[in-house]
Amino acid sequence: MKICFNKVAALGMVLLLLAVPYSWLAAQAEPDTLIQDTTVTITGQEHLPRPAQFTFVHDSEGDAGGSITLKWTLSPDDGAGENNVTSYNIFRKASGESEFEKIGTVASGLTEYEDATTTDGVAYSYYILTSSDSVGSKSDISAGVVSSAQWFNSKDLDTFIIGIIICFSVIFFIFWAQKGKKLYLRKIAGLEAVDEAIGRATEMGRPILYIPGILDMDDVQTVAGITILGRVAKTIAEYDTKINMPVSRSIVLTTARETIRQAYVAAGRPDAYSDDMVHYLTDEQFGYVAAVDGIMVREKPATCFYIGAFFAESLIFAETGHSIGAIQIAGTAMPAQLPFFVAACDYTLIGEELFAASAYLSGEPKQLGSLKGQDVGKIIAMVVIVLLCALFTVASLTESEAVLSLANTIRGWFSAS
Amino acid sequence: MNAGKLLSYIILAIVVIAFVVSIALKGFLVTVGAFLTLFIFSFLYKDNPYYKFAEHLFVGASAAYWMSMGFWKTMVPNLFGKLYPPMVAWAVPALKNNPAQPLMLIPLVLGILLLMRLSSKAGWISRWALAFIVGTTAGLNLVRYLRSDFIQQINNTVFSLYVTNASGFDLGATISNVIIFGGVICGLIYFFFSKEHKGAFGAGARTGIIVLMITFGASFGYTVMARISLLVGRMQFLFGDWLGMIR
Repeated sequence: MKICFNKVAALGMVLLLLAVPYSWLAAQAEPDTLIQDTTVTITGQEHLPRPAQFTFVHDSEGDAGGSITLKWTLSPDDGAGENNVTSYNIFRKASGESEFEKIGTVASGLTEYEDATTTDGVAYSYYILTSSDSVGSKSDISAGVVSSAQWFNSKDLDTFIIGIIICFSVIFFIFWAQKGKKLYLRKIAGLEAVDEAIGRATEMGRPILYIPGILDMDDVQTVAGITILGRVAKTIAEYDTKINMPVSRSIVLTTARETIRQAYVAAGRPDAYSDDMVHYLTDEQFGYVAAVDGIMVREKPATCFYIGAFFAESLIFAETGHSIGAIQIAGTAMPAQLPFFVAACDYTLIGEELFAASAYLSGEPKQLGSLKGQDVGKIIAMVVIVLLCALFTVASLTESEAVLSLANTIRGWFSAS
Repeated sequence: MNAGKLLSYIILAIVVIAFVVSIALKGFLVTVGAFLTLFIFSFLYKDNPYYKFAEHLFVGASAAYWMSMGFWKTMVPNLFGKLYPPMVAWAVPALKNNPAQPLMLIPLVLGILLLMRLSSKAGWISRWALAFIVGTTAGLNLVRYLRSDFIQQINNTVFSLYVTNASGFDLGATISNVIIFGGVICGLIYFFFSKEHKGAFGAGARTGIIVLMITFGASFGYTVMARISLLVGRMQFLFGDWLGMIR
């Protein structure tokens, strides 16, 4: 037994001696181990929080690539115990790299992180360092995951379905109108006054000022403003009145010139058109305002149109227009500027009235059908709001979990990603 | 010389003397800024040569500034920097290692098509580029507005019309929810174009426009306060930076 003990002791000593350089070498070869080796508390305690573990490491769904989503189970010490978890640190290593690097920190209690800094086609491995003050413990290292772009964004399925319904409604009513079915359109006071306003300018021999807002053609309000311009310009051409249109964007300049040119051609007066009708001032908001104010007080237009997207300049325009006695017709969907136009202008197209204007003015079946189709969208909105409010109210009154669950499920269908 | 002309010369002399004295006391840039502010403010009296001077200076300088910005902030990083990064690496070193994106040839071609407008014979070609801009804008905005102005708005307007808290029925929150619910439904009715606003539907529409006007009234006051802060900023410049009366 004695010999046997000595042999075992000697073997143990050898193993111990071998273990020291082996562990050092292993630490060098696998840097992650260093993280665990250095997790010692300031007070000398070595009680590490139990590690979180990955449940999901996949390419993020419905994106344009460049992102991997990580999910994990909370550490059992998260929110409890003497080693309460303070944060989860995310470490990442790309294939071909030797060391993990920290890419983010998530607060305790959370179980998801989106790494939006990946390069598509490269495999990434991750681990979580569950931290409690100055100590931490490492999760298992995930398998390599590659991010990629998807053709279809599944998160926007609700937007897609509603968009299809509204587009289908629009197309249906366009065909309906083209078959000769009469579509009713309620009166919009501001648009009823367009002909009167242009007629007044003609009688007074003064020009008409048309301001299409200060945003570019990538704003739908500017597009609406240019569409209305087409109809206004046609009437101006027929009445042989002058139009002055200062703009603040080069693309709007080109589009407006093209629109007015076509309106003059449609009115049978292409010779009366001039590029000078539309002129660029500056992109600078208040520089544009200063120049337009100067034009107003010097040329004294009889009618001013402000149709498009406006910001702080709305009241300055409307006040100056009012001071020179012009008829003013405004239209915008900017909620903060509408009060100024309502207060200072003769007629104001409020919000969607601006977008309905082109259909109203033209009376074309295509545009009327489009407007009718949009009304279907409003019916959907009203029905959903009334239905869901009723369900939530019933759930509150009856304290029914089933009704509440049903209401939340339906509400979930209307959550923009 | 008539009285009006004489008065103009007197004012011009005062302005010039004040300008020179101010430069000596406060420096050139602060003085120029202060006088241009006063020139613009003079429009409150009426249109005058000082306002015209400031207006034309503002328009000319800002147009040049935006043209320069358009080149360096749009053309260089978004076109040249993506099409062939080494071409602009001398000016923007950060773009040096970016990969070339041959797809950027498409916007380059569209941009050239847009410039064809400058030619009287080939001007019609610019319509293709314009059609592309308007069409893609409409498509992109359809999705954006559908998300933010339709789906998210519906989501935010859904709540219980009977609110309870720890102590029981919450009257205040219930009234608040009922007002929002009623306001949204009546507002939607007002913006319904394909049905005549009469009878119960008309009453809903009238309530809708009343709700809108009340909202505009509140928004008016709120925005006026924001505008006053702009005026306060200018006053601080004049009375603080320039005249030194505010420390």
